[in-house]
Amino acid sequence: MMLRDLQVLTPEFMMAVGGMALLMLGVFAGEHSHRVLSRAAMVLLLITGVAVVVGQGVAAFGTALIVDEFARLIKLLVLGGAVLVLWMSEDFLERARIGRFEFPILVIFSVLGMMLMASAGDFLTLYLGLELQSLALYVLAAFDRDNVRSSEAGLKYFVLGALSSGMMLYGISLIYGFAGTTSFAGAAMSLEGGAASVGVIFGLVFLISGLAFKVSAVPFHMWTPDVYEGAPTPITAFFAASPKIAAMALFVRVMVEALPGAIDQWQQIIIFVSICSMVLGAFAAIGQNNIKRLMAYSSIANMGYVLVGLAAGTPEGVQGILIYLLIYLITNIGVFACILAMRRGDHQVETISDLSGLAQTRPGYAFVFAMLMFSLAGIPPLAGFFAKFYVFLAAVKAGLYPLAVIGVVASVVGAYYYLRIVKIIYFDEPAPVFEPKMGASLAAIVAASGIFTLFFILVASPLVNVAAAAAASLFP
Amino acid sequence: MLQGIAFYFFSAVMIASALMVIAARNPVHSVLFLILAFFNAAALFVLLGAEFLAMILIVVYVGAVAVLFLFVVMMLDIDFVELRRGFMNYLPLGAVIGGLIFFELAFVMFVWTADPGAPLRPTPAGVTNTEALGRILYTDYIFYFQTAGLILLVAMIGAIVLTLRHRPDVRRQSISRQNARQPADAIEMRDVKPGQGS
Repeated sequence: MMLRDLQVLTPEFMMAVGGMALLMLGVFAGEHSHRVLSRAAMVLLLITGVAVVVGQGVAAFGTALIVDEFARLIKLLVLGGAVLVLWMSEDFLERARIGRFEFPILVIFSVLGMMLMASAGDFLTLYLGLELQSLALYVLAAFDRDNVRSSEAGLKYFVLGALSSGMMLYGISLIYGFAGTTSFAGAAMSLEGGAASVGVIFGLVFLISGLAFKVSAVPFHMWTPDVYEGAPTPITAFFAASPKIAAMALFVRVMVEALPGAIDQWQQIIIFVSICSMVLGAFAAIGQNNIKRLMAYSSIANMGYVLVGLAAGTPEGVQGILIYLLIYLITNIGVFACILAMRRGDHQVETISDLSGLAQTRPGYAFVFAMLMFSLAGIPPLAGFFAKFYVFLAAVKAGLYPLAVIGVVASVVGAYYYLRIVKIIYFDEPAPVFEPKMGASLAAIVAASGIFTLFFILVASPLVNVAAAAAASLFP
Repeated sequence: MLQGIAFYFFSAVMIASALMVIAARNPVHSVLFLILAFFNAAALFVLLGAEFLAMILIVVYVGAVAVLFLFVVMMLDIDFVELRRGFMNYLPLGAVIGGLIFFELAFVMFVWTADPGAPLRPTPAGVTNTEALGRILYTDYIFYFQTAGLILLVAMIGAIVLTLRHRPDVRRQSISRQNARQPADAIEMRDVKPGQGS
């Protein structure tokens, strides 16, 4: 029984053992083994990715973990995001003199937490996976410990994260009390039929609050801009990529698998949260001067769009979410790689005005940056358009016309600040050129994400099929 | 009979020491009374037959939490006289919260009834509850147990990452060097003439 369970869990097991082995290696090799360990961690993540793809089995340890197509796809996205972030962070960390070997180790453990979140089939797994992930992320946010802003980011994230975990745990305890079980399937069965009781609805509200914090949806978004701005840039890129995807996957799975009986209740809340996120993300980003803060508001808005798909509560909605998350991941990694290349001599610059006239000094870089901005704004035929198209389509099919209309309006408002960056890059007087040129790893990531964004339309149909199969695995 | 006496004894000491925790003028004494209260609570658990909870209470609360409090009280320079100054202002709020908690406890005690069919001793016969917990924790819940262990590992790594600094100018104790030191290395005999030393 144990062996069979472990076989199903091979990817997670490899990550845990590999992470501990690398930790030992780092401890004995000393402070300066950062680069070697970072490479080793990337290899570990890639091998785990292969194990995820070839892995078999559906569940392990009773209902504690569910390994379905949905979980596999999310795990691949999370692993991919982590590999890219590790790759682009190497040079930055060394320049900032924070290249310590614990960085890849913490990334590995947080990814392990995210993989557990993606597979969670029980409220206990949900909580443990979330805590494993969050704890590693709190430390990563404060990784540049001699920098006041980074420490502030870590502390803020930790305090608010602990609060949200507490709220979520309270919600889980109420649901457990009324359902009599902690497994998702059991909860769904015991809540089946009849109106959900007040206790369950209370629990549901607290649970959604905690999850909304983790995906930084309004009104639980306050930490996002400060943490994004304060954390070292590659770590911000990581925050914007993998944890958001894992938390959103968890959100979808809990709502669809554990609480399908209370869909009328949670649908209202999700619609509200989604509208607030889209609108706030669109309007609050307009006044930002710091590109990292701007990306924070952009991610709040993006999470709002993803929640549109969840509000639909249908397989089409989940399919839209998966496509959205894939495109969001690649676009964001590309944008952050561009931000990492914004440096003059030894120091990193972060204000939007530093990008002035980039098209004249670095045309290729400027072209990709502009392309990514167009994609985020949702201009066809770039990838970002399809992301929004599928979630809005799902909302319309589910009869949520007002939500879809508000989403489209918010995305038009949001287009303003993305296009403003394009205008600054192409039509303003050139600012001093960024020196030195971006390194090979950054250039490769920027180019790859640019190509993906431009030519998504060519690979759209196989990807949509994969997403549809994954979404179908959630709805028995 | 003996159990009854023990129960009243431990309860009385616990309530008295709990009162002293908030009444003692010296904060260090407060913490020490808190530790005494924990020990008595552990004794009450033993009387109930819950020896695992008793051990955990001592290990976690006395061994870690209370000692941590003691460190905080002794290391940080907190002016407790200053802290007590606003006592009367906060009294109404505190009284309301205290009253609420009292009401809730009374509610639980008088309104809530246990299912008469519920077994009073859920542990299987012939097995201590420590053993019963261990059996379930290392079999059915092994996955959760190990994951919790990983979380603690991350917490440890995090604490080290955020606080460990290698200072080159710190003089560390080197026991082997201390032991290898001979009188000849450390003491030098000088012959100082009377009246010439300065």
